[in-house]
Amino acid sequence: MIAIIILTAVLTLISFVFDRKKTLKGIKKGMMMFFKILPTLLSVIIIVSIVLYLVSDEVLMKYLGKDAGLGAYVSAAVIGSVSIIPGFIAYPLAGILLKTGVSFSVLSVFITTLKMVGVLTIPIEARFFGLRTAIIRNSLSFIGAILVGGSMALIFYYI
Amino acid sequence: MNKIYKKYKFDFPVIIAFVVFVGSSYYYHYNPGISIFEHNFWSFIKEMLFALPVMFILVGLFDVWVSKEKVQKHIGEASGVKGIMLIMLLAFMQAGPLYAAFPVAYILWKKGTSAKNIFIYLSASSIVKIPMLAFEIGFLGIQFSILRIMISIPVFIIVGTIMGKYFTKNKLEIKNG
Repeated sequence: MIAIIILTAVLTLISFVFDRKKTLKGIKKGMMMFFKILPTLLSVIIIVSIVLYLVSDEVLMKYLGKDAGLGAYVSAAVIGSVSIIPGFIAYPLAGILLKTGVSFSVLSVFITTLKMVGVLTIPIEARFFGLRTAIIRNSLSFIGAILVGGSMALIFYYI
Repeated sequence: MNKIYKKYKFDFPVIIAFVVFVGSSYYYHYNPGISIFEHNFWSFIKEMLFALPVMFILVGLFDVWVSKEKVQKHIGEASGVKGIMLIMLLAFMQAGPLYAAFPVAYILWKKGTSAKNIFIYLSASSIVKIPMLAFEIGFLGIQFSILRIMISIPVFIIVGTIMGKYFTKNKLEIKNG
């Protein structure tokens, strides 16, 4: 975290030396993006906070935690492939699950399948590329996502 | 004002209801309410409110120095490694869901981008989005992001190459939706 703050400070300074106007424009742009996303972020975290209070840790761990074993990875891959969750909701959710005890390995499978495979958007994809191509692309992406998620799971499992 | 309200018509009621709920929980010493606020909500949000503005400043600076239009202009004529690098950069700058990338793919196709690069573009834009990186690093840590991106890049170049070969071999076309 501190590294990012230092990096931002240094880059802002360099950018400022080269072009004052551009730098201010960039900072303004970034802040606007932040404020635009803030209400949605707050309401998502509020809902997740309440849901996690109501759903006991035991239930959550039963499906996604260590107790679920390999099943946790299967659930993560299936949920990730089918759902269309925008990043600004998926990441807070993943971060919170991490705090509740879901492992990095399971979360990597979830995030990679979520990003690379879109089963529900195949009909839209098919309008541009044709159904066959869309299905082949998503199947290949699924294999790719499992490879990425699986290697990350292994790495996180051993460190 | 009306526009703002419409955009967040779901979020504002949730936030207001939550403020009222937490406020009255403290007033009446309603323990579940206090617990939801202190143990869940506050512990989730406190880092973010500090970290996200910093990350968004980075995103904003990146945006003014490397604009999407500038990158797009050079893609048509570029090929080889340079073409792949440019197409990946453009993909990383893409915001929004995957299906927002399909119309862009069509435009790139019309401009003469190769099928292989189009499929690399599609995978790349679903794997890394610079604006979303702030969220990923904020919630899962920089180690997670770097590892995921490093492992993903070769995988989607391979997927893109296979798809490109298939697409060209069968003489397929990208249609406009």
